[in-house]
Amino acid sequence: MKRRGNGNGSGRRGLAKAPTGISGLDEITHGGLPRGRPTLVCGSAGCGKTLLALEFLVRGALEFDEPGVFLSFEETPDELVTNARSLGFDLERLSARRRLLIDYVRLERAELTEAGEYDLDGLFVRLGHAIDTIGAKRVVLDTIERLFSGLSDTFVLRAELDRLFRWLKSKRVTAIVTGEREGERLTRHGLEEYVSDCVILLDQRVMEQSATRRLRILKYRGSGHGGNEMPFLIDDHGLSVLPITSLGLTHQVSTAHVGTGVAGLDGMFGKRGYFRGNSVLVSGTAGTGKSSLAAHFAEAACRRGERCLYFAFEESASQIVRNMRSIGIDLEPWMRRDLLRIHAQRPTALGLEAHLVAMHRLIADWQPRVVVVDPVTNMIAVGSEIEVKAMIARLIDFMKLRQITALFTSLTEADGAPERTDLGVSSLMDVWMMVGNLETNGERNRTLQIVKARGMAHSNQVREFVMTDRGIALVDVSRRADGSVAIGSARSAQQLDVRGSGPKPRRKRGSK
Amino acid sequence: MKNGARRTWRLRLYVAGQTPKSIAALANLKRLCETHLAGQYHIEVVDLVSQPHLARRDDIVVIPTLVRQLPPPIRKIIGDLSNVERVLVGLDVLPHDDG
Repeated sequence: MKRRGNGNGSGRRGLAKAPTGISGLDEITHGGLPRGRPTLVCGSAGCGKTLLALEFLVRGALEFDEPGVFLSFEETPDELVTNARSLGFDLERLSARRRLLIDYVRLERAELTEAGEYDLDGLFVRLGHAIDTIGAKRVVLDTIERLFSGLSDTFVLRAELDRLFRWLKSKRVTAIVTGEREGERLTRHGLEEYVSDCVILLDQRVMEQSATRRLRILKYRGSGHGGNEMPFLIDDHGLSVLPITSLGLTHQVSTAHVGTGVAGLDGMFGKRGYFRGNSVLVSGTAGTGKSSLAAHFAEAACRRGERCLYFAFEESASQIVRNMRSIGIDLEPWMRRDLLRIHAQRPTALGLEAHLVAMHRLIADWQPRVVVVDPVTNMIAVGSEIEVKAMIARLIDFMKLRQITALFTSLTEADGAPERTDLGVSSLMDVWMMVGNLETNGERNRTLQIVKARGMAHSNQVREFVMTDRGIALVDVSRRADGSVAIGSARSAQQLDVRGSGPKPRRKRGSK
Repeated sequence: MKNGARRTWRLRLYVAGQTPKSIAALANLKRLCETHLAGQYHIEVVDLVSQPHLARRDDIVVIPTLVRQLPPPIRKIIGDLSNVERVLVGLDVLPHDDG
């Protein structure tokens, strides 16, 4: 996705910003890093500093017409090329096109003899020449603290670093300076003293045998920023930060429709189903047909030739296939054709963050058009209600940005008030349907109603449906003389009655 | 190599403009060579201000930097060379006792 070129990139508060192009990061910084100024990215070894810095340059060169210089004090150009390849970036090609210049500075104290006063003019000349050679607008110094282990005169180094940061500003390059975290200190040698505009902290921890990466904006002068820790991923598309509200209100809204998989149900949404990119919640107590609706939806996607990723948190893939076959939905052919993948896993097997990360990765890797999460409520087993809601919000944002239509089922307690037990996640959803069993006159009937459907005309009726050997079938609406909807035996009686004498039924629909 | 063997010292001094440190370094180097390596040395001064691309080629960060190109191996000495003792150690020109 191409974005605005190297114009002002002005932030909302008048501060010029340079977009990183890194998924999610520009959202939480409201537009990117401070333009023409250095940003400090710090964290412990292996936290992803170098990869973040690399992606900042690669996307700058590819998407924003801003060539970049990578001055490496640690990794050799060959190592950088190899590491970048794992993110899908071809540094050699960018270098050949003069969009990127990698320079490696090797400083080994054992190989140097110090004999008198010195300064870092050589570094200034070198960096200045690199910037001028390709017309760089972006610079990465990774990590300049290596100077302290190569040279002994820390007094000179501090004075020179101060001079370097002022010089970088005078060159009007947007820079990332990395620093290694040590204990309580952000960087070993206090780089944060020199960088006053923006400080980003990366962190990697292992939770429940799964590594989770997090990013936090510690400081961003003159700009609002999300102060919370955000999980982020590094995969073969680069980094993705997963902010809670990355979407803002700026995502593209589709007017294309996606079938629900149940003919009669499409009709309740003006005949055509959900909007593409919608998030749909189906809530109800146990055994009310939530998974069946999900299976219909999944199968319909496969019939359209679209990939469907089905997260099953309660049942194994084979159980789902067997159960759905009993109502005439055969999922197996779609699995064989690799249009349907069922990813079955108990949420408790992973921590909540790790879980989110795993789901994002699966979605990002396979790029389905349709996703089912069945049931989303099982996640509450591994996190607090607030955490679960935040996580689902992230997942929804992530899918919306990719125009993925998603269906979540939600299991409500039999005795709980249905509108309360949906974790508050219903507010995140575009469409909310409730399914239930209505017991009246000694019989139990399945009902379905649309509680909300953003931006769509939708039926306000409580509809009865039945499970047939060809799946879910909505039953024709039948009204009593007083206008109320009759269901079950009452409906049958009413229909007989209507056919016998009374006025013609108001609506007629194929009864397949 | 025997101590008395005749060697040629090829030395390259990197500076960046006519700064006090650079001027001092060149003066110190000349004096030192005349004292210890008379007739056996060749000094080349590279000013990175006029040839900035050489900084990368020869991996120069610190100014002044003196590079001993010959005899091998390559050695680097940084600073204005005011510490003669250290320069001599760095260049490895002090007479060896193991003759």
